[in-house]
Amino acid sequence: MNNLVYNEMFKLVKSKRIIVVALIIAVMISMFTYAQYREMENIKKRLGDTDWRTTLQQSIIDMQNRIGSSGISEEWRNQLKVRISQSQYYLDHDINPQDPGAPTFLRIFLDNSMQLLLPLMVMIIASDLVSAEKSIGTIKLLLTRPVKRRKILLSKYFTLILSVSLILFIFGFFAYAISGLFFGYRGWTAPILTGFTVKNGELDTAGVHLIPQWSYILMVFGLAWFVSVVVGTLSFMLSVLIRSTAAGMGVMLAFLISGSIISSIASSWQEAKYLFMVNLRLTDYLQGNIPPIEGMTLPFSLTVLAIWGAAGLLVSFLVFTKRDIY
Amino acid sequence: MNEITLAVKHLHKNIGKRKIIRDISFELKTGEVFGFLGPNGAGKTTTIRMLVGLIKPTSGTIHICGYNVEKNFPKAMEWLGCIVENPELYPYLTGWENLKFFARMLDTVDDDRIQEVVELVGLDNRIHDKVKTYSLGMRQRLGIGQALLNKPKVLILDEPTNGLDPAGIREMREFIRYLAEEEGLSVLVSSHLLSEVQNLCDRVAIILNGEIIHTEYMHTLLTKQEKLIWRVSPIDKAFTILQKAAPSAKQDQTYIITPYLEDSVANWSKLLVEAGIEIKEMNRKIPSLESLFLELTGGNSFE
Repeated sequence: MNNLVYNEMFKLVKSKRIIVVALIIAVMISMFTYAQYREMENIKKRLGDTDWRTTLQQSIIDMQNRIGSSGISEEWRNQLKVRISQSQYYLDHDINPQDPGAPTFLRIFLDNSMQLLLPLMVMIIASDLVSAEKSIGTIKLLLTRPVKRRKILLSKYFTLILSVSLILFIFGFFAYAISGLFFGYRGWTAPILTGFTVKNGELDTAGVHLIPQWSYILMVFGLAWFVSVVVGTLSFMLSVLIRSTAAGMGVMLAFLISGSIISSIASSWQEAKYLFMVNLRLTDYLQGNIPPIEGMTLPFSLTVLAIWGAAGLLVSFLVFTKRDIY
Repeated sequence: MNEITLAVKHLHKNIGKRKIIRDISFELKTGEVFGFLGPNGAGKTTTIRMLVGLIKPTSGTIHICGYNVEKNFPKAMEWLGCIVENPELYPYLTGWENLKFFARMLDTVDDDRIQEVVELVGLDNRIHDKVKTYSLGMRQRLGIGQALLNKPKVLILDEPTNGLDPAGIREMREFIRYLAEEEGLSVLVSSHLLSEVQNLCDRVAIILNGEIIHTEYMHTLLTKQEKLIWRVSPIDKAFTILQKAAPSAKQDQTYIITPYLEDSVANWSKLLVEAGIEIKEMNRKIPSLESLFLELTGGNSFE
């Protein structure tokens, strides 16, 4: 088995697919970093010479006054307290919240690439794993070795999971290294608000608390890994089913894009929440964004994704081990 | 030296309602080159794909060195080397990396064996170049090298000379003969050219519309089917003489066609010469595959 996985990784590296993915990620990140940098310059210009510490101090005093006033709900008061301690942290540690450093860029970038960019990168690898062997004809050699077909496919699937992990690592590494050149490398311990829940379509902030940024980023990475594995598994299935890599990629791309469209328009179509592509933005739950369709929660989305992934894997194995190769 | 290495019994394959392969049975012995002869679309490649486990037969069994291909796939494949259709290898890897790649899928192959195979197929000079820079002949040789890595007892080659130039075809033929005679392999080759298998195979199965219509030792088949073409003058007188000696002789415009019988030919020409007939040309001719089919099937089942 080790030999088989080694073989598959060897091919990925030699066929330069991994390198292409790494290059795309590097270019993307450089572009976003520059855009973000220009944006911040702009904000600074507008604020003029005002010291950000003064502004922050002023807003803390405002919030404290509001807590003191009577007639505000317990829940609101609680949230204000959390926000005050967040602002206080920035003051104490001399961090400009508008100029937060590489870890914050990494977090925001990862949040935003989970729905499309990251699945796309995974797709480049996954949709090629089986169908490329078919289109260059090496599948005939691969399947006439003294190795069972399911072992061949399993080695390819392990390769997929390894590549997903590698892609996420490349993602994190480049995002941190490149954006750090502009924003500095500090900010791992900055406090991040989390703990939102949604009840009856409204945001419940009762459980909101602060966690250090590094632990938030770890959670986001975990979720991103899960999403990538599921999207990868489905592309993998298409790669088994469809002979042409391009067609497989096209189908998957259509699904991914339709996912973001449905999320934004179809809040009254309840059943859409069982589609895998609507459930990709897992970090929304951490940030307290209202989910696109009522009834969606983090455990719900994880379950839907897991079921889609398991079904995709099952179909891949059934078809691959049974099918005649012409 | 006469054990059976590949045994195929009552092989059938249906796709939907169409019967692609009908009741194919044959056996291969060690040291034998067996030819699969038939036109394109006769079912040669489908049969070969079943032999190597790429297609599941509808019914029938295949045993390689005693192991059932369907039930004991890994064991059966340990004794088999094959190229199905073109020798497709990874173009972005070097020849050596390709061989190394397939060696990793086998338990017993080390670098020494790979080197041995490289020398055997004569690729020492170019083995560290990328496969995409190889000529077709070199790819074919690398493909055979890959098939030989595990020291198989059965070698299956689908159209091994397809696309090769005359020198390449000759080289390939000699190499296959060497493998069978010196290394004792059983080799199955398929072809749609009779001229190609006649110097290569010991035995040949003629396959048409998914059925084996004839299995024969090559030399018997050729003696039965080979023709001798005579250009003589005067033709009418010669024809009466030859017809007496060989009753199946036919006259075709300016030629007379008789069977080619090695022992009688000298005698026939002597008869002609004694009768004062001038022999301008005697041409031994191998029949085309089509005319062979016509002969074997009585001329009506070549659809």
